[in-house]
Formats: sequence, C-alpha cells, structure tokens
Amino acid sequence: MAYSDKVIDHYTHPRNVGTLDKSKSNVGTGLVGAPECGDVMRLQIEVDANNVITDAKFKTFGCGSAIASSSLATEWLKGKNIDDAMKIDNMDIVEELSLPPVKIHCSVLAEDAIKAAINDYRVKNGMEVLEVAKVHH
Amino acid sequence: MDPRVLDAMLPYFNSKFGNAASRNHPFGWVAEEAVDYAREQVAKLIGANEKEIIFTSGATESDNLAIKGVFEMYKDKGNHIITCTTEHKAVLDTCKHLEKLGARVTYLQVQEDGLIDLKLLEASITSETILVTIMYGNNEIGVIQPVRAIADLAHKHGALFFTDATQAVGKIPVNVINDGIDLMAFSAHKMYGPKGVGALYVRRKNPRVKVTAQMDGGGHERGMRSGTLNVPGIVGFGKACELCRLEMDEEATRLSALRDKLQASLLQLEESYVNGNPAHRLPHVANISFKYVEGEGLMMAMKDLAVSSGSACTSASLEPSYVLKSLGLSDDLAHSSIRFGLGRFTTEEEVDFAIAQTKQAVTHLRDLSPLWEMFKEGIDLDKVEWVEH
Ligand SMILES: Cc1ncc(COP(=O)(O)O)c(C=O)c1O
Ligand code: FES
Repeated sequence: MAYSDKVIDHYTHPRNVGTLDKSKSNVGTGLVGAPECGDVMRLQIEVDANNVITDAKFKTFGCGSAIASSSLATEWLKGKNIDDAMKIDNMDIVEELSLPPVKIHCSVLAEDAIKAAINDYRVKNGMEVLEVAKVHH
Repeated sequence: MDPRVLDAMLPYFNSKFGNAASRNHPFGWVAEEAVDYAREQVAKLIGANEKEIIFTSGATESDNLAIKGVFEMYKDKGNHIITCTTEHKAVLDTCKHLEKLGARVTYLQVQEDGLIDLKLLEASITSETILVTIMYGNNEIGVIQPVRAIADLAHKHGALFFTDATQAVGKIPVNVINDGIDLMAFSAHKMYGPKGVGALYVRRKNPRVKVTAQMDGGGHERGMRSGTLNVPGIVGFGKACELCRLEMDEEATRLSALRDKLQASLLQLEESYVNGNPAHRLPHVANISFKYVEGEGLMMAMKDLAVSSGSACTSASLEPSYVLKSLGLSDDLAHSSIRFGLGRFTTEEEVDFAIAQTKQAVTHLRDLSPLWEMFKEGIDLDKVEWVEH
C-alpha cells in the first residue's frame, strides 16, 4: 500500500491528539467504530457560547489512513461553527489525503465521528439531534 | 533470492537454452541434464528419490494437484478428506472446490496453540477417508504440526497423508521417509529460489501413490504434469535446495536465536502476546499481538521490516486473519497482530533496529489509541456499546 505524503505526515505527526473532559457541557464527544472491526475513532470538540468550535482532540485505533483522517478532521473543525462543521463531507477528506478506494471507509468513520461529536454537544445543550443524512456501510 | 541461485540460473536464459524434452537437439541435452541434476538436488534435500519429484509452477499448483489428483484417483475408495482450519488458502479453497464435486471435507479445529488435536483427528477418520492433508509449518504463526504422528494415524486407517511443507522445507529438516509423508508440496521462492517454480513429491513405494493429472497434454513429468519445463527456474530451485541442505542447520540456529531475542524484547511491552505454540515453531517466524494497537497502522511504522499484519484492513475484505481466529483470538486481538519473518539475509543489527522501531511505534500508537486509554482507566471494553459503521 502506498500512502500519500499527507497521510504519512499526519500519521507521523498527528495533530491534536488528546482528551477533553467529556463531562463538561461545552464538550461534545463522538466515539465510532468497533475494536472487532479494527477501527475505533474518538473525536471531541469544545464549543464556545457562539457555537464556534474552539478546540478539537482525537484518539484513533486504526490504520494510518484512519489516523490521518481524524487528525485532519480536528484541524478543520477548529474555528468552525457547529453548523458549518456538520457540512464536512468524507469525500473532502478523501480528496485532501488522496485516499485510495479501499480507504474510503476510514474517511467515512471520520465524518461519522464529527457528526456524533456535534450531536453529543447539541443534546447536552438542549438542541435537537441532526439527522445524519448519509447511510454508509 | 540468493545471488548464488541467480548465478546458477543465468546461463539457462540464453546460451544453454533448450527445450528439456527435445531429446535430439544438442541444446536440449544440456537443458535436460540440468533439469535431471536439479531434480536430484531437490530430492536429496527431502530424502526422496528423484523419480518422486514432479516440477510445478509453485506450491499452489502442487496443493491443487495433490488434493484434486488423489480425490480423482481414489474416488472408488472413498470421498472423505480431512484438513484443518489454519491451512493455506491453496489447500482450503481446493477442498471447497472438491466439495462441489462430491467430496466430504472435515475442517479440523486446531487447539489454542495452533496444534492439531490427534484424538480429534483419529475420531474424524472413517472408512471413506482417502486423504489427510495437514500443513507442515504454518505461514502466519510458524507452528509445526506433529507430522509423523498425523501420518501414522492416516496410514493406520488406510488413508494417504499429504502435507503442504512450503514454509518448512529448507528451514528445518524434512525427510519424507522419516516423516511418513505420501505427498508433499513446496515452493522455490520460500527457500531463496526463484518465484513461479515448485514441486510435488509423490511417493513411489510403500505404497506407490498415484495422482490424476490436472494438466493434460504432452505427458511431461511422467504424465502427472504436462507442459514444457521452466528450465532456468528449475535450475535455480535445485541450487536453492542444495544451499539449504548445506546451510540449513547453521541458519536455523542463527535465526531462532535472533527470533528469540526479538520476541523477548517485544514481550517487554505491556499487553503483548505470542501467537502459536512457542516450542513447536519454525525458527524464523514470530507472530505477536500488541493489544490496543491496530496491525496495519503498526505496519506503516515498520516499512523497512519484513512484517505482515493479521489485520485485514490490508486487504479489501476487512476481515482479520482466519488463522489467528482459528486459534480462538478475538477479532480485535487478531487486528492487533504482526507476523515477523527473519531470513538468510537478516542481520543482528537489523533485528536490533526492528526491536527499537517496533517498540517506538507501539508506544506512539498507544498514545493515539482510545482503547489503550480506556484500558488504562480500567474500562471493560467488552461492555462498551460500539457504534459500528
Ligand atoms: C503454506 C503455503 N502454501 C502455499 C503457498 C503458495 O505458494 P506459491 O506462491 O508457490 O504458489 C504459500 C505461499 O506463500 C504458503 O506459505
Ligand atoms: S481503519 Fe480500516 S482500513 Fe482504515
């Protein structure tokens, strides 16, 4: 498997690795995937009073492409308001990281994690849960 | 490939080129002599007679020829074949193919350490059993089966014993007489020879074993495998066998010492485990699980090493290794496993480098792993409700 330079860069120097306090009301946590499937991604966002994401952290158990997808996602999330963040599409990640077809599901996982984190934050703050439009499998 | 093998092969690509079966062509003689000589070299490594060696395109073809050939040849005697779940796909898929043609196949579960349960094997044999096919050494975990005991059980009940010895021949002493083998597949490229050439050993006495040809045509290889021979490949195969015969003992001692060093160092990492029986194992293989780290991600950090992953994300199938699952490993542990393979050209410096690189990568990836964090916090991962995607 040949990895793109960007995947290698994120894999070797992952951005925003870490853990936010998930009990805080302004932190949203998305935990997706399963150990049996060989990939688990946890993505967390910290959101300010204007619904702008001020911090994002991740931890991922998975292949290099999954690690890179989640690392990239944290970079993109910071500074976005949660409505714009909801619009991040897995194909944007595929394009940015030049992922081959067999690695598309790694980017899908990242998109799922973003949406799960935002929805977690929304529920905590009395907002309705947004439908995750795509059905991926 | 060993450079000495390449040297032996090179002349047969041009000046000495000839068709090994064209008996009245002077170049043909040279080629035929070369093939005869290689056949002796191959036979000698495994304690066989040269008339018992059928050259093929590799172990996959040998596996097919042995299993399909015996099934066809002995179908009046019975239709039952016994194999096990950790076999190479070339054996498993051949058996599945024969099931469609009326064979009954028993796929024995192996024990947790990868070894065959001999009692279970004997209990599975019936009067219809014509063939027991169990590999010599496993390609993923290196476990060596009790071949002689398996052969004795097969013979006691009138069945033939075939073994895929692709991983064992040239690495450890394999002797078809002492081991009671009736048919045996092996391949040149696993012994520092060229790719695309292999052999099937077919016993000629006590008893005389026959297989139905799967490749019909000009009647080459005593009718068992038609087709013009790949002379340079066969010459290289012969040379590779000779080198293994002369150097195998020393090489096995050296490699098992290096493997043990690698394994002992890596087991210093928390939550790491060896897969497969550590005593009955090929000298050059170690399969280790590093819990909470995904194998493919780990492999990416070890691009300079001869490693492969039990995780499947490497293939399109997303299924973890069936061999590791056969040992009873959970899917997540199978996803966290790496096969280390050492070889003739592996140096101690490279092993030290591999140890350092692996340790660093496992530590790096555990820092990134949500599962490692949960484990450290004492969370039972089996009780978490995962959202599969
Ligand atoms: C146990 C076993 N059987 C069969 C094969 C297939 O061998 P070949 O590539 O020569 O067909 C391999 C190869 O890797 C193997 O390890
Ligand atoms: S996480 Fe499965 S291939 Fe990337």
